[in-house]
Amino acid sequence: MSDDFYEHRPNGVREPDPTLGRRPRPPRPLPQPTERAVVEPLPPAPEDEPPPKPEHHAKPKRERVILADPRRGAGTLRARVELEEQTSWGKLLVRDHLVKVQLRTALLLALLVVGVFGSLPALFYLVPGFSRLSLAGIPVAWLVLGVLPFPFLFGVGIWYNRLAERNERAFVDMIEN
Amino acid sequence: MQLNPWALTGIVLVAVVVPYLGHRSSRSATSTHDFLLARRTVRSRRNAAAISGEYLSAASFLGIAGIVLKDGADALWFPIGFTAGYLALMLFVAAPLRRSGAYTLPDFVEMRLGSKGLRRFSTAFVVFIGILYMVPQLQGAGLTLATILPMPVWAGGAVVMVLVAFNVISGGMRAITVVQAFQYWLKLFAIAVPAFVLCMVFFAGGGPDGFRPLGAAAPPVFTTDTTVDVQTDVTLHVTSDTYLWAYGRADNGPAAGPTHWTPLAPHTVSEGTKLKFLAGTPVPVVSDSVADNASWLHPGSGSLTDLLQTYSLMFATFLGTMGLPHVLVRFYTNPDGKAARRTTVHVLLLLGLFYLFPTLLGALSRMYVPELLVTGKTDAAILRLPSAMLPGIGGQILGAVTAAGAFAAFMSSTSGLLVSVAGVVSTDVLPGRVRDFRLATGLVALFPIGLAVALRPEDISLSIGLTFALAASTFSPLLVLGIWWRKLSWPGALAGMFVGGGLVLAALVVNVMSGYTGGWAPWFVNQPALITVPIAFVTTYLVSRVTGYGRPEHVHDIMLRLHAPDPLGFMRDRAVARFGQAEEKTRIAGRGRHRK
Repeated sequence: MSDDFYEHRPNGVREPDPTLGRRPRPPRPLPQPTERAVVEPLPPAPEDEPPPKPEHHAKPKRERVILADPRRGAGTLRARVELEEQTSWGKLLVRDHLVKVQLRTALLLALLVVGVFGSLPALFYLVPGFSRLSLAGIPVAWLVLGVLPFPFLFGVGIWYNRLAERNERAFVDMIEN
Repeated sequence: MQLNPWALTGIVLVAVVVPYLGHRSSRSATSTHDFLLARRTVRSRRNAAAISGEYLSAASFLGIAGIVLKDGADALWFPIGFTAGYLALMLFVAAPLRRSGAYTLPDFVEMRLGSKGLRRFSTAFVVFIGILYMVPQLQGAGLTLATILPMPVWAGGAVVMVLVAFNVISGGMRAITVVQAFQYWLKLFAIAVPAFVLCMVFFAGGGPDGFRPLGAAAPPVFTTDTTVDVQTDVTLHVTSDTYLWAYGRADNGPAAGPTHWTPLAPHTVSEGTKLKFLAGTPVPVVSDSVADNASWLHPGSGSLTDLLQTYSLMFATFLGTMGLPHVLVRFYTNPDGKAARRTTVHVLLLLGLFYLFPTLLGALSRMYVPELLVTGKTDAAILRLPSAMLPGIGGQILGAVTAAGAFAAFMSSTSGLLVSVAGVVSTDVLPGRVRDFRLATGLVALFPIGLAVALRPEDISLSIGLTFALAASTFSPLLVLGIWWRKLSWPGALAGMFVGGGLVLAALVVNVMSGYTGGWAPWFVNQPALITVPIAFVTTYLVSRVTGYGRPEHVHDIMLRLHAPDPLGFMRDRAVARFGQAEEKTRIAGRGRHRK
């Protein structure tokens, strides 16, 4: 295993530095095959799928059974341990950084959508001239209500997706360093 | 109505191909895991098509055109709302919900708040919402089949329910995914092709008898001599002196021949009466709809209560999507939170593409099939429009295409709802094996059919609007506050759900009663969301603040799991926790011993 702070496990789970670089890291525990064979309350998901079973597999075949999968055991044991110790980066995540940023992004975009759509019925009601505008024989109101909202909503969706993924990536990068 | 053999063929084709597709993929769905999770091999784009396919129910396919025919530009908020609801889902709920590992809403409730009692309460609401959503589908199916064949309306609904239940029982969710994806494209085809063709006919000079411009401040007129069969009691009003022939019972007296109606009072017409109008006669309309074309064309030309009803509809649809059972269940087939968000973006594209067309067809219907305004059964607009614009075989074929699409719409959304509701019932009420899922499917299927037969058919869009209001008042406070607010407590969630859900159910009951006794209910009974959703949110918030004891102990852990980016490995996989990984399945099945 290399010594960089940021370690890639084969299943794709990455281990951030729980001390945020402030303390020397405790030695990594060796994977113990007999450790923790019971189902824990917070089992994380393995990142890669088990290979898909053949299509017409009617009965389960005989298979070797492993009592505790070391791949599952140690890889995310660290994350769980950190969680249970309530160390700093966990709190950082929940309290200050990522959640608030994501919520703010979502709220701002929601506000944009609600603002645009919320003002339209009032506008049509209070300003009858607006609802009677016509463009080449087609009432503008029908274009505004029947055609334009869909590209608009799709655009907001793409925009949010990009922002959210960027926030997450920035957070993970920050944690890594 | 004439028997349209093409439409019958189209419907039979859909009814046969869909279960066949289901059967072909069902041969590999033999374990509960497969049944409920479609084995997570479903790709994001196909998943998006499947979600859209399931989401586009009768309300989207038939209901929008019908309500546009009746109410005009103000009805355009339905498709906007249906799509914006998905955006709201994406902004606030999609990724965290996937990361929670919750397969259904009750799962999420238990994961977030740890209360089994609350879980059972939310199961009840999931079942209510699912059943309420299925009822208009079956009524719409009955209407469609009654338009094509000389069948009573309830029989069509029963046929669809039986077909769907059979499909679900034999295939479970995996079958449904493939089928739903196919059905999205089928529905898009079934609405886009007639829309294009009829548009061309319109621009080429407007069908057999021309048309009346929609901007005129006058009601639509019959373009040909038309006979209308009134099949339920209706109250009509006219805006000018109207001469017609009525055979049957009208205005509380027998009618046998030429009749004259004045605009001064509404006119009641009893079931079984035939009304005959000459070409050029202005169309009488059912009392609660928009009589003249100018108000139809211009949004916001109603009263203040219409404005409030529009805002109410916005609340219901924007926040209701996240509470629908068949929407959430399909999220779980994404591998992680990021994929869940991406799938939702695809869904927005597919939905937006679809919703361009029903509006167009609704507007054309106002010109070409205005007689539907007389009976009030405007949901049949898309089915009747092709043969009205294109007499002869072209119209029949197009009518068959739309009928097939409508049928696909009922089947897909009903099966999605049935799978999700039966899934919830079988895992929360029954032990949760494959056999229980099948039993639950059969049981759950009985209720919507009973209600569909017993209740008067209403506009599909309005019934769906009420279902969205129920979802928005019960589950959206729970989801939004549960995901983003640490201090949510289970008494708060319980109170919010109880108050919001109770108010909407009360409105529903009053609505049904007032429908039978003359329609006296005020606007907020038709669409209570403007009132019930804020009340539910505020109740949840206030009660949570005072019941600090009801917060789960490890809120930080829970929030970590919901929000930590996927590479950090906190995401929970319910299937793994419950059924084990693939290689552990045999161990669980064999109780820890090697199978001999």
